[in-house]
Amino acid sequence: MIQAIAFYLFAAVVILSGAMTISSRNPVHSVMWLILAFFNAAGLMVLVGAEFIAMLLVIVYVGAVAVLFLFVVMMMDIDFTQLRTEVVRYAAIGLGLGGLLAVEVMIAAFAWNEGKVDLARRAAPIDATVPNIQALGQLLYSRYLFLFEAAGFVLLVAMIGAIVLTHRERPGTRAQKVARQVARRPQDATRNVKPAIGQGVEL
Amino acid sequence: MIGLIHYLVVSAILFTLGTVGIFLNRKNLIVILMAIELILLSVNINLVAFSAYLGDLVGQVFAMFVLTVAAGEAAIGLAILVIYYRGRGTIATDDVNRMKG
Repeated sequence: MIQAIAFYLFAAVVILSGAMTISSRNPVHSVMWLILAFFNAAGLMVLVGAEFIAMLLVIVYVGAVAVLFLFVVMMMDIDFTQLRTEVVRYAAIGLGLGGLLAVEVMIAAFAWNEGKVDLARRAAPIDATVPNIQALGQLLYSRYLFLFEAAGFVLLVAMIGAIVLTHRERPGTRAQKVARQVARRPQDATRNVKPAIGQGVEL
Repeated sequence: MIGLIHYLVVSAILFTLGTVGIFLNRKNLIVILMAIELILLSVNINLVAFSAYLGDLVGQVFAMFVLTVAAGEAAIGLAILVIYYRGRGTIATDDVNRMKG
């Protein structure tokens, strides 16, 4: 009973905040609604016992992705009202296609049935006695180790790509060039002179 | 009792909201990226629900990989957005014609 109430609460809020994300006038509000959607989706996942993915959702999406969005939205000085001038022009076709898609997906969902795959033949049957995080870790670090490493590489490439794309050399600034400083030798920089008296030193 | 079908319906609605969001905010690149995040979130809900109700943990492993790709995609997308804004001073998608594609 309490599970059903929690499910309907989380589901209603996730759908409501998803709708507000795409319909808010202000992108900052959109990001806030997106964060709420992620939190409630994490709640939905906790309800079916996927605690690790739920916490990952909170940490990765709310802690990193949503904050990144917020940074970018606030960094730019954009007239967002001007960007919404043509909303009405595409609203009809968008809502029509969206409704069609929703009906189709739901027909597919209701037509689906489980089939008779017995538990022993599944790829990694859930053992109720092992905690979710432990079971997931055992699976990730054994059978899916290479996929896990590949996911790490995806993140590395994304990080390098983002740095390469946004990095810029500013002309006119005097940045410290460490390599040149280290490569400088005493014999290049100084010289010994013995000037005659009254002659001075020529530079 | 909450069954698998409930989760599938929530996920389908969220997926639809994501696609409609791309249509509604056709000019605003940031909200389009957020709509893509909503779509990926609905896929994650689907994977986790199937994993839980079919008793197979692999769905949660795949959900984690989807999460990884979503994070990378958001980072790269926002980086492209930032350099585009730096060059043009706008993020309207209609003005994206620099590559004459």
